[in-house]
Amino acid sequence: MSGHSTYQPASGIEKWIDSRLPLPRMIHDSFVSYPVPRNLNYAYTFGAMLSVMLIVQILSGVVLAMHYAAETTVAFNSVEKIMRDVNNGWLLRYMHANGASFFFIAVYLHIARGLYYGSYKAPREILWILGVVIYLLMMATGFMGYVLPWGQMSFWGATVITGFFSAFPLVGEWIQQFLLGGFAVDQPTLNRFFSLHYLLPFMIAGVVVLHIWALHVTGQTNPTGIEVKTKTDTVAFTPYATLKDALGVSVFLLVFAWFIFYMPNYLGHPDNYIPADALKTPAHIVPEWYYLPFYAMLRAITFNIGPIDSKLGGVLVMFGSIIVLFFLPWLDTSKVRSAVYRPWYKLFFWIFVADCILLGWLGAMPAEGIYVILSQLGTLYYFGFFLVIMPLLGLFETPRRIPNSITEAVLAKQNKSDMEKLPPGEASVR
Amino acid sequence: MKKLVTSILSLAFVAGLGLGTALAQDEHAAEGDAHAEGATPHYPLKKPREVDWSFAGPFGHYDKGQLQRGLKVYSEVCAACHSMTLVSFRTLEDLGYSEAQVKAFAANYQVTDGPNDDGDMFERAAVPSDYFPPPFPNAQAAAASNNGAAPPDFSLIAKARGVTRGFPQFVYDIFTQYQEGGPDYIYSLLTGYQEPPEGVEVPEGTYYNPYFIASASLAMAPPLSDGQVTYDDGSPETLDQYSKDVSAFLMWAAEPHLEDRKRTGFMVMVFLLIFTGLIYLTKKSVYASKGH
Repeated sequence: MSGHSTYQPASGIEKWIDSRLPLPRMIHDSFVSYPVPRNLNYAYTFGAMLSVMLIVQILSGVVLAMHYAAETTVAFNSVEKIMRDVNNGWLLRYMHANGASFFFIAVYLHIARGLYYGSYKAPREILWILGVVIYLLMMATGFMGYVLPWGQMSFWGATVITGFFSAFPLVGEWIQQFLLGGFAVDQPTLNRFFSLHYLLPFMIAGVVVLHIWALHVTGQTNPTGIEVKTKTDTVAFTPYATLKDALGVSVFLLVFAWFIFYMPNYLGHPDNYIPADALKTPAHIVPEWYYLPFYAMLRAITFNIGPIDSKLGGVLVMFGSIIVLFFLPWLDTSKVRSAVYRPWYKLFFWIFVADCILLGWLGAMPAEGIYVILSQLGTLYYFGFFLVIMPLLGLFETPRRIPNSITEAVLAKQNKSDMEKLPPGEASVR
Repeated sequence: MKKLVTSILSLAFVAGLGLGTALAQDEHAAEGDAHAEGATPHYPLKKPREVDWSFAGPFGHYDKGQLQRGLKVYSEVCAACHSMTLVSFRTLEDLGYSEAQVKAFAANYQVTDGPNDDGDMFERAAVPSDYFPPPFPNAQAAAASNNGAAPPDFSLIAKARGVTRGFPQFVYDIFTQYQEGGPDYIYSLLTGYQEPPEGVEVPEGTYYNPYFIASASLAMAPPLSDGQVTYDDGSPETLDQYSKDVSAFLMWAAEPHLEDRKRTGFMVMVFLLIFTGLIYLTKKSVYASKGH
């Protein structure tokens, strides 16, 4: 989309189309001749995995919706009907349920890549913000999808999560009832969640188009964080990036298939195979694994802060943990983009990753004793990383020497590895 | 490539460090629990015993003889209290029965049908397209006959029960494909009834069982005992064998397409491995001819 188009319509029919609706030209310019940095590594293939997962989820979901009934007395059994009687229904349903998890695995890796290589920095702020919007939409979609099978965790998860909104003063109760369509999770809730669960993925697809558009305007970042300067810094999207993406996606699909076919219920909760019962609360209500870090942060706030009670405090912290991502491009004060040249940032980044894993584990533990204290420490580091470390590090950190261009970085690396291959004597001669 | 490896290693290291610390803390917490008088113990008191199931692993398949025995145990013992409303008679052909055998089996059951042309409901013998009729007309009746708690339906029980595996076991489970928490739990529960240890009081009308997921004792009396069900294939008529067979049968009831799933999975994995290999070679040759 940027730069001069290299599309050459070969046949008459291509010329005919090109002068009326240049869609083939657009596709050629965006996905064939589009220049990408020559040094992209496999961390840059998660975007392709996410596109594949969005398509997998929409296709399997549309077929599942043909057999599903959003009615509280039949929803659970309609899912079982899919599992038992619909041709390959078990495959569709396990693909869709595990697909949600793998969608989140890919998005977390994608976000971590962005954090590590500083992909959110100018001029890619809008690209990053659109990504956070997609992530928010994904969370809403995943949550509503989990309610649809109408098992015990569906029901009680929906009760707990919509209950968060009642923490807000004045408007809270109203928002909660507006979301539920009543005073408690019931038929209106299930029906509207189904409707929204069907709608939101198409909104995600829309924002994905904007996300890719913004990406193609600014161009991709790369592990060095240096902008593309000359033609030697780039290679054509096809075949180079396409093949790398294809390899990343196939390995990803291998792991995905392992879960679908051999351990389809590993990522789910056994309680969701018990039909929803409004009179029986499960012993531990736990959300899906991908919300666990946020759940841990919600429960970490066990104390009142002035007029804010612990419940509202927890909800504010939970929403804040996502909202803070929107401001990331302005919180990071460092001029250097990539963690490769930022020794201290690199260290704090990996601690942040460990912190998120720790919080995820704590989210699944009961909120008592040592777990609460660990959650509080984890929450402190989560916000400290964005609000204190990122702004200050840019001022105090001394970055490593940055190469002048991508080509220089690539050649330096090649020379180094060539030298290593040669016997020591010869290397010194060169 | 070197960077990728170091990145992954350092990630694993940091993650391990984080989890390790957490685990150490966890052990501290557990010790604290043991010391604290009157602290709520964690249920179940004992982890389920692991059975070597024929349906475990990538090539797992149901043992048809075992399923048939399990069906016998279910229909002669469990079915007196536990419904299995999602399982239809026609699916019993999966257990190795012929169409005629299934027809004859279904005919042993009476189901309510109707209304007929006079507007009346009527009883008739079940046909293969019917589902196992529940032992009680509704949940209230089931609860009333069982001290106020309706016995759970058995259609999905093998997937609806599972004891948390804990760290690091849940990581190993990804590689060993452990998915048999449900049948392991059912087997352990059925064979786990015992006298309460000294000093432990169980509520009136409940039976001590350290494998029960929700408390130290449950309302269900030990349902199976040696010699209770007659097997015609020479298998031992013991509590242990009954428990294994009925657990396997309940796994089938909850996941009737398990064999199909694993078979399809193998073909998918082989395809994806070859596909990934070809993509890898293509990518390598394209990048090699690029030159730098």
